[in-house]
Amino acid sequence: MSAAAERIEIPAFPDLSRVPRVDEVGIYERAARFRTRSIKKEAKMDALKMVLSMIDLTTLEGQDTPGKVRQLCAKAMRLDTSMEDLPKVAAVCVYPTMVGVAREALGDSGINVASVATGFPSGMTDLDLKLDETRRAVVAGADEIDMVISRGAFLRGEYRRVFDEIVAVKEACGDAHLKVILETGELNTLDNVKRASVLAMYAGADFIKTSTGKIQPAATMEVTLVMLQAIRDFYRETGRMVGMKPAGGISKAKLAVHYLVMLRETLGQAWMTPEWFRFGASSLANDVLMQIAKQRSGAYQSPDYFSKD
Amino acid sequence: MSSNDQENSLNFNTDWSYSPAPESTDHVTIKDRYDLFIGGEFVAPASDKYFTSMNPATEEPLAELAEAGAEDVDRAVKAARKAYKQNWSGLAPASRGKYIYRIARILQERAREFAVVESMDGGKPIRESRDIDVPLAAAHFFYYAGWADKVDYAFPGRKTGPVGVAGQIIPWNFPLLMAAWKIAPALACGNTVVLKPAETTPLTAMLLAEVIAEAELPPGVVNIVTGAGKTGAAIVDHPDIDKIAFTGSTEVGRIIQKALAGTDTRYTLELGGKAANIIFEDAALDQAVEGIVNGIFFNQGHVCCAGSRLLVQESVADDVLGRLKDRMETLIVGDPLDKNTDIGAINSSMQLETINKYLEIGQQEGATMHQSSCALPDKGHWCRPTVFTGVAQSHRIVQEEIFGPVLAVQTFRTVDEAVAKANNTPYGLSGGVWTDKGAKIFKVSNQMRAGVVWANTFNKFDPGSPFGGYKESGVGREGGLHGLKPYLQLA
Repeated sequence: MSAAAERIEIPAFPDLSRVPRVDEVGIYERAARFRTRSIKKEAKMDALKMVLSMIDLTTLEGQDTPGKVRQLCAKAMRLDTSMEDLPKVAAVCVYPTMVGVAREALGDSGINVASVATGFPSGMTDLDLKLDETRRAVVAGADEIDMVISRGAFLRGEYRRVFDEIVAVKEACGDAHLKVILETGELNTLDNVKRASVLAMYAGADFIKTSTGKIQPAATMEVTLVMLQAIRDFYRETGRMVGMKPAGGISKAKLAVHYLVMLRETLGQAWMTPEWFRFGASSLANDVLMQIAKQRSGAYQSPDYFSKD
Repeated sequence: MSSNDQENSLNFNTDWSYSPAPESTDHVTIKDRYDLFIGGEFVAPASDKYFTSMNPATEEPLAELAEAGAEDVDRAVKAARKAYKQNWSGLAPASRGKYIYRIARILQERAREFAVVESMDGGKPIRESRDIDVPLAAAHFFYYAGWADKVDYAFPGRKTGPVGVAGQIIPWNFPLLMAAWKIAPALACGNTVVLKPAETTPLTAMLLAEVIAEAELPPGVVNIVTGAGKTGAAIVDHPDIDKIAFTGSTEVGRIIQKALAGTDTRYTLELGGKAANIIFEDAALDQAVEGIVNGIFFNQGHVCCAGSRLLVQESVADDVLGRLKDRMETLIVGDPLDKNTDIGAINSSMQLETINKYLEIGQQEGATMHQSSCALPDKGHWCRPTVFTGVAQSHRIVQEEIFGPVLAVQTFRTVDEAVAKANNTPYGLSGGVWTDKGAKIFKVSNQMRAGVVWANTFNKFDPGSPFGGYKESGVGREGGLHGLKPYLQLA
């Protein structure tokens, strides 16, 4: 099937009554088990590098400047000048007005430009504005669009409206990849997280993402586990892979490695690449770099040896 | 069928996997030889015979242990009787509590050492001995230490007193934990004990003897004798024992019951099980799968209350089995001391033979066997996590306790059918119910003839909760307030 033909196909609204329930106690227990995995030696070094390669280096502040975005792009392309053989991060994630700056700075580095859109972070604007914002970000050079769902509509039970919005934004994305942010910190229950994940995937999401980073709690292992299980069920049912992006709150290397353990034991080999798994984070990269330097030299270095961008 | 035969399969044989992360054994000293712990001292057996305890993961000897004969058991009972009369039964209850608290605290201080030795001697993964066996054992001592000066309040309006000398025989699946289950309530109620650990896993009991000495318990209050079935028989047959507490097979339980018939020796028996884990279509399926895994693969399936039968509602049966097979692929079988190991070594070559025999029987009976594709170490006793489908209620793998990581899966259509199948077994130790509906939990669990029923979880233990079985799963209850009763005379 050609890409064009695929787009004309109208996504089917999922039967949410068939979505298995989530037992919160059980999810917390399972997530705790991943944290008991002991990752040492080569496994640790490999994991740290994998984490770096999966990072969406992010700046989403009202006070962002072109200079700051260029600085972040420089970091993305060369994470640490004193260490060789480090991977590049997967993408740089910015507001729509900064897409052009990032695009130019990243050039042909192979690092994607991701842009939040659709009235980020609240999503409290009309659909036509959301679509317009999405198209503009794509025109400015965004490879990936991180949209937010209308949480109000979802919590009111207007699932159809949420679904239709995602379908429309997906269409506005054209060839750009669509990440759908559920903002799990506002969805209240893990059952809601699972239902929202299913809605987003059936509506055409290429990735599902936990959070904007503006609401607490942001990404947690429990919420991410529910979403990974939803991705697995969707793949089983349709044969289509969907990516996962936990975002916000993952600032330590050790925690990120636990996420990889969870990914490995829930989805397995096919998802263990930046194509299918990302960390949305701003300070995680430096902690990972510190850990890599420690693995190599045997001693922790001062944070002042790592550039803060 | 491997999980890769499923449509849209997942591949858990990943490029990135975990490096070995073995728990250090540097801090552990295992002596070459352990004598009997009688009257507060370590003494050689009268016969001067010793047997060897092996590490089931490496098949290497760990230590030699004294083989106690009838003469040694008699010495131990006499020491226990003396301590009972002269000291322990008349001691202020609060003082008894003080000693038991001491045991609990020393056990906590030496927790790491106990966990490592438990895993070396019995083959269970360090994650379990560290996170479950040892902390729970300490918790049992703490719990019953608290009861020591409050037993009168446990049975209002009645006067309580100790029973006398208790003979306690424990199994090899939870060596330290079972010792704690037995010793703690006995001491709290003012009894003295003669304990025999299993011959394949005696080491933590001997460490516990050291702890008891360190806690300065009066000599003879706790005596520990090692040996096999003959030693156990000598305890059961001893005329000066007032109470027998046994955990083990139904077969041996029957022998004990026969031996004690017509005597005034009291007894509690905690025997086998063939628990049904019932999964309804409205259950949280992924968490139910965790419950299945925890129910049957916990401690290599060497668990009397293991969820060894899965009853799954037909509308979700394929779905649940698909999830289960995926989950099984992520289970790591191997070195018990590796912190990432999920399933350790089978406890002994004898037990492995038994399990393998049942794998044969299951296939001969016409069931379909599925095992995870994990690699196994070259040396040691191992069994891959195993699931049988297409089984019938009359199959031996449904009726008989296998005591290994082997699950028999059946489907059902109605609630009544599930309950009928769950109860249609000579056993009745435990069961599980998985549903999102609270009302269904109460309805089904009340109809299940099992001593423990877990709802939306499995294999959860707490010192405050009584444990014991219906039918051939045993007599009496251990744990909680109920666990005091077998060790008390009520007037």
